[in-house]
Amino acid sequence: MAEQEFINCGIGAMLKVTVKDGVITRMRPLRLTEEDGGRWTIEAKGKKFSDPRKTTINPFNIAERMRIYAENRTKYPMKRKNFDPTGERHPELRGKDEYVRITWDEAYDLFVKEITRIRETYGPAAVTAFVSSHHNYGLLYYKMGPMPRFYNILGYTQLLDNPDSWEGWHWGSMHTWGWYWRFGQCDNFDMLAEAMKNTEQVIYWSVDPNTSAGGYGGQETVIWREWLRELGIPGIFIDPYCNSTAAHMADKWLAPRPGTDAALAEAIAYQWIRDDTYDHWFIENRTVHFDEWKDYILGETDGVPKSPEWAAPICDIPAHTIRAVARQWASKKSMLACGAQYGVGGACRNSYATEWASLMIHLIAMQGIGKEGVNIWAGTAHGAPLDMSFKSAGYSDVGWDVFGLVAKHPTFPDGNSVTQRVYRLLLPEAILDGHIEWRGEGFCVQYPTQQFKPMQYPEPGPNGAEIRMIHRHGGSFISTMTDTSKWVRMYQSPKLEFVVMQDCHWQSETKFGDLILPASTNFEHQDISEWAQPGGYGNGNVNCNHRILMYQQKCIEPLWESKPDYQIYCELAERLGFLEEYTEGNSEEDWIRKVFDYTDLPKYISYEEFKKKGYFVVPSLPEDYKPTVSNRWYYKGRPVDTPDRFNPLQGTDKATQMATPSGKIEFKRTILEQYFPDDEERPVMPRYIPLYEGHETKGLVEKYPLQLMTPHAKYSYHTHQDNKIPWLNDIRQHRIIKDGYPYWPFRMNPADAEARGIKDGDIVMVYNDRAKVLGVALVTERCRPGLVHSYQAGAKYDPLEPGVAESIDRGGCVNLLSHSRMTSKNAYGEANMSFLVEVSKWEA
Amino acid sequence: MKVLLIDIDKCNGCYNCQIACKDEHVANDWSPIAKPQPDTGQFWHKVTDIVQGSVPKVRVRYMHDTCQQCDEAPCITACRSAAIYKRDDGIVIIDPEKCAGNRSCLDACPYNVIYFNTDLNISQKCTMCAHLLDEGWTEPRCVDACPTGALKFGEEEELKDLLASAETLPSDTPAKPRVYYLNLPNKYFIAGAVFDPMADEVLEGVTVSLISLESKRTITLQTDFFGDFWFEKQEPGRYSLKIEKTGYVAATLEPIEASKDLNVGDIALQPQGETHV
Repeated sequence: MAEQEFINCGIGAMLKVTVKDGVITRMRPLRLTEEDGGRWTIEAKGKKFSDPRKTTINPFNIAERMRIYAENRTKYPMKRKNFDPTGERHPELRGKDEYVRITWDEAYDLFVKEITRIRETYGPAAVTAFVSSHHNYGLLYYKMGPMPRFYNILGYTQLLDNPDSWEGWHWGSMHTWGWYWRFGQCDNFDMLAEAMKNTEQVIYWSVDPNTSAGGYGGQETVIWREWLRELGIPGIFIDPYCNSTAAHMADKWLAPRPGTDAALAEAIAYQWIRDDTYDHWFIENRTVHFDEWKDYILGETDGVPKSPEWAAPICDIPAHTIRAVARQWASKKSMLACGAQYGVGGACRNSYATEWASLMIHLIAMQGIGKEGVNIWAGTAHGAPLDMSFKSAGYSDVGWDVFGLVAKHPTFPDGNSVTQRVYRLLLPEAILDGHIEWRGEGFCVQYPTQQFKPMQYPEPGPNGAEIRMIHRHGGSFISTMTDTSKWVRMYQSPKLEFVVMQDCHWQSETKFGDLILPASTNFEHQDISEWAQPGGYGNGNVNCNHRILMYQQKCIEPLWESKPDYQIYCELAERLGFLEEYTEGNSEEDWIRKVFDYTDLPKYISYEEFKKKGYFVVPSLPEDYKPTVSNRWYYKGRPVDTPDRFNPLQGTDKATQMATPSGKIEFKRTILEQYFPDDEERPVMPRYIPLYEGHETKGLVEKYPLQLMTPHAKYSYHTHQDNKIPWLNDIRQHRIIKDGYPYWPFRMNPADAEARGIKDGDIVMVYNDRAKVLGVALVTERCRPGLVHSYQAGAKYDPLEPGVAESIDRGGCVNLLSHSRMTSKNAYGEANMSFLVEVSKWEA
Repeated sequence: MKVLLIDIDKCNGCYNCQIACKDEHVANDWSPIAKPQPDTGQFWHKVTDIVQGSVPKVRVRYMHDTCQQCDEAPCITACRSAAIYKRDDGIVIIDPEKCAGNRSCLDACPYNVIYFNTDLNISQKCTMCAHLLDEGWTEPRCVDACPTGALKFGEEEELKDLLASAETLPSDTPAKPRVYYLNLPNKYFIAGAVFDPMADEVLEGVTVSLISLESKRTITLQTDFFGDFWFEKQEPGRYSLKIEKTGYVAATLEPIEASKDLNVGDIALQPQGETHV
């Protein structure tokens, strides 16, 4: 058979896939043709820059072939050997038991019998199901796809996700400037041209776009930063680690201790007040309560001026450097490219990260956000000149049933008959302790106080029930969730009578299942999507050089006995008697066709042509297009004019306002003043609070003097590629092979390594009271002293004693070490960006 | 005649080139150009991180090692089986059928970019994806996957303006490589910062002179807004640094051994008339 080429998408990066004789042989970027259109040119400072005519991808996308054919694919339905649904279930053997191969019919029978028994015995609330982010790309097959629709119809305890890459914004800055429908972060439209034409420097604060922005959009924005360099627009980087972007192009690197960014922000504000280099007009007309906060900064309320001298010993940056940065910032039109939206970043995932996030808004407000060249440009990750009026569909457009976009009967928000909820970060406590309390309904994007709502599990009254069955689908939470050992203990609880793992791979967590349902990857079925378009809370955040809608073509047949997720749920629904309600009579392709009709695609291309070609590039903006730079409307005092589809103030008499009680940016978070006036961990006026576990934590820092920081990984999207693709193990920044074993690297400053007798390449044990994890020391000047840096979410959890939660881990499961304390007492975010450890050479 | 041009300053270290090479060649048989590359252990296009300087003046540059497609390739003359040949487009190919596994090419290669496949008993290396070029592709996979334009591939004639300032890797035996580099990390930066310890302020506009102790050549620049100075792309050697500003006691740092990129640290410049610390 000759070679065939298909269009598909690997965790957000659009791919051209070559298949020969039914086997994938190649993954590569797509080259756009003349007829594809979508061209644009930005003229800046006498130079012209045009859209690249090929798409960009990440190394783990190129290696997707190895992930698809990985030896650790689940391959066949399996039952845990010592799991006897009619007798002893042996939950204590989860994580170390063997598996026996069964048929799909046996698997379905077991599933139906168990779920029916559990529902009848304990009620539907005794079942929970959840799915990770991003393991398969595609609109219909995404996490809001087949799983939630299935369970909404059946009724289940929904697991509420925490906004896991934007904690500080969600719980903090939302109360400073609104934007609750985007987790407290603003939109970023038309920012690229704005930056290239009008900005004089970019402040990259706790963000590494070369690492994290690529998740959805490949490396599309890399070229933008090359253009900024070419235009002589300098970049100042603030990060404890000399991150990949900084290492490549920083003009200045500041390395504060982890978790002290808020102190640095306060000192910068102090210097601006002292030098009188802030925008008085903006403060007076577009903000409220500045004077009260100013008094605090100057030390008039507590006697402590938040001066550079005050911040210097906290951040471990000389006061003169802090002053210089403050002055340099104020003297030039600056973009604040902080870690937000899809420039997901570290400082917003620390304890008390609410404070840093709010202070970012304070700083950019003091410089007049929305003024020419001055803005928040989250991670320099969005804002090419693209036509946002073209109607498409994003997976988060309609909540927890993406089929609801086009279904006759959407199953969200009203489909699920069970009102009990459980919170992802506290799921182990819910199972192990039988009771949890928290605040907020997960992704709280409906209104600002939605996150304050007190919640508890089990739901009081007759409809609540303790969870007896878990159905996990997709990537692994063991390794991405805080204090991961808890998840090991949870799965071994006798309270869990039935654990189903529906997964493409034998991930760390899959081995805790009683029943394994082998799912196929998105290369083994068809789907429709827009590249890098989340829709909903991320609408418009397309971090690409083109808007490209894809017919994700099926490249190969499902491998081994795996099946596409939608098919698995259909076959289960049939056995449970609600197939018709689930599918509404639609085949997989019928759904795709309906989504096609829902978008603006039919105005430009026939369904057949789209299906055959596999993609469509949204045409260029019209010649007379007037850019609507984010926040410009607010600065100018005109109604909001950006294409932010979900801004509730649009078209109302409040359209010139921020979505806060005052309609302005609030230096004092008046919503917090109303609801939590005495919360010292998320005070009414944002301020630096020493980390729950950091360099100032007396009693602990003596024992564990190093701060481990754990940002998103570079060579694996969460756990999805690591431990599946041997090629990635050849990249020393990803894994280091020692004695034939691929260890996870822990980066250390040479001085810290030397003090411990550790040399580059040594096997080390990183430990604290919670866990012991082995890895290989990568001794590097990219780490400031006192810092250990390791990417979170390596996919290998490999306890020396399998199934023992306390065991030393050899795989590099960094989140075994992190604490599971929340952002703060009323902000239920994860705060595992940094914590204390010690490192020693491993001699065993 | 084809050339590959690698601009080290433009490389952002994504490793796409290294991985794309594996995607093209692992488990794919492109005979007669190449047999499959093993899963791991071979790097027909290899990236290596080079960390330069020290906190907080740190950069990373990424070195790229690949077959240099030499016009006077030592591997061709060393091969006892006449298995290695040069194509009309300049690309050097090890014929996987003719290769007898005697490994002479590995020893002969001055760049250590030939690998031995013990399973197949053949030597293997970068082919510039000649099997794709022969099908009409314009670039090998490594270049196709590069997001920054750090890798460029094309006709020597078309790229000649860029090649004018490029260099090739040195070798003991003259080999005439067809792979060119811009901004090779073979010269070093000497950087530091100057501040006034009394006022606790960085000092902008300080005159910093870098004097080669060998050639006595002097380069002078002014510190920037942060009090920083960066002497870029200096030859390895011994230097003296002179730091001067009106109203301050001039300071000299010597000798400075520049055998790698160097951050000399924060230099306290004492105001005149103040007590020296």
